[in-house]
Amino acid sequence: MKYSYFPGCSLKGTGKAYEKSFLAVCKALNIEINELDNWNCCGATAYMSVDEMKALGLSARNLALAEARGLDLVAPCAACYGILIHTWDDMEKYPQRGDQVKAGLDKAGLKYTGKVKVRHPLDVLCNDVGLDKIKEKVKRPLTGLKLASYYGCRILRPIATFDNPENPRSMDDLMEAIGGTPVEYPLKTKCCSASHTGTLPEVGQQMSGILIREMEKRGADIIVTGCPLCQFNLEVFQEPIRKRFPEIRPIPVVSFTQLIAYAFGLGENECCFKNHTVPVQKVIDEKVKPVAAGAR
Amino acid sequence: MYGIKRHIRYDSDRDNNFSDEIMAVPGCENLDHCIQCGTCSGTCPLSIYMDLTPRKVINLTRAGFKDDVLSCHTIWLCSSCYACVCQCPREIGITDIMYALKQRAMREGKYPKGMPTPVLARVFYNTVSNRGRISEIRLVISFLGRAHWQRLIGMWKIGLNLMSSKRFSLKAERMDRPGELQSVLSVINSPNGGVRK
Repeated sequence: MKYSYFPGCSLKGTGKAYEKSFLAVCKALNIEINELDNWNCCGATAYMSVDEMKALGLSARNLALAEARGLDLVAPCAACYGILIHTWDDMEKYPQRGDQVKAGLDKAGLKYTGKVKVRHPLDVLCNDVGLDKIKEKVKRPLTGLKLASYYGCRILRPIATFDNPENPRSMDDLMEAIGGTPVEYPLKTKCCSASHTGTLPEVGQQMSGILIREMEKRGADIIVTGCPLCQFNLEVFQEPIRKRFPEIRPIPVVSFTQLIAYAFGLGENECCFKNHTVPVQKVIDEKVKPVAAGAR
Repeated sequence: MYGIKRHIRYDSDRDNNFSDEIMAVPGCENLDHCIQCGTCSGTCPLSIYMDLTPRKVINLTRAGFKDDVLSCHTIWLCSSCYACVCQCPREIGITDIMYALKQRAMREGKYPKGMPTPVLARVFYNTVSNRGRISEIRLVISFLGRAHWQRLIGMWKIGLNLMSSKRFSLKAERMDRPGELQSVLSVINSPNGGVRK
């Protein structure tokens, strides 16, 4: 299996634990990942608020780079993923608009025909690799670890390509495959409001607090995300959030690939548990039941 | 005048071309399908903070009350989570309409004073246009430095936490060859958005 890879700015910055663990998990599963050469930022919501046509041009350029390689494009960041899919959809729906963007790409010697498929790692791991193959690789099952799989807004909205947007299961299935116990809660795809924690903290922290409180109420020991922005938002602002929600206790927040890397028996360089402000290893040590010798 | 304002809108406050202009933006064409059911406002996790609910924004836009919608907080509170779009029984691209209104507010300089989101959008836009990539922490510092430097100081603890978890980086990310992106963008122009000349 081979894929093109669009990291986006976050996975090269505060989300580097997600990048490292994602690449390590792919390597362990013999998946070849090729980072796009000279990729540019997806534009996120901020760029789109200023100039939508140029925002389309940004993402179309990344899609064209991927198309030149003829492989599916994996984008682990939910914001990048959502915007790449949105661009692909827009270029199909509005040919006139697409033509202007294509003219821009043409100027840089790039071509876009809409052939490239944008994929999220959850999709690749569940549907291309398959849960059985993941199970086979597990050396340290997360037996006893109760976790809240959090999908957030953009992985499945507005265009859901691989899971149910109302009640998604892909991350829960993956976490079950590595021995964890996903808790059920109704806010799996409710917005965490990451785009507001920097600008309007009173708003962002309220939204995130509602989520964390609900996850804890349902018994979660750890929060698992598929987006570096959700991960950052739910973890780093817990202290100010607790001032609004005193009932919340510190809870680690990791990317789902980190727990898979751990279950595969990979080391700290791959799991990156030390790249967190709320200790991760401690919760795993406390909650995960050791496997009896010879049980696996 | 003692903060007294007229709360009833007159017909003469309307801009008769406005709704057509917004509906011409791709994704916004179903604006006039709205039946005012309010499902968007009920679905929106952020409507509790909005001065106009999404339902009202849709109706005011459709009716041409341009100044009301371009100067409201609502469009800047929309985090584009698309929850409303998925629930709308009339298939209205509410999030796209919010984007179209944001772009228009930016272009006409009409966003509410003191609202930090448009300031961040501008900093983000300029950084990406020049360098092709952003560095998250540099972006936050540069934005807070402009809009709320007091808050920047209040965030020292978060900065320390990020340092101790080795996630604090001031490295200025950029594309290897930003010129390749700039030549793509140089021929793309938006009728609705874009930077004010």
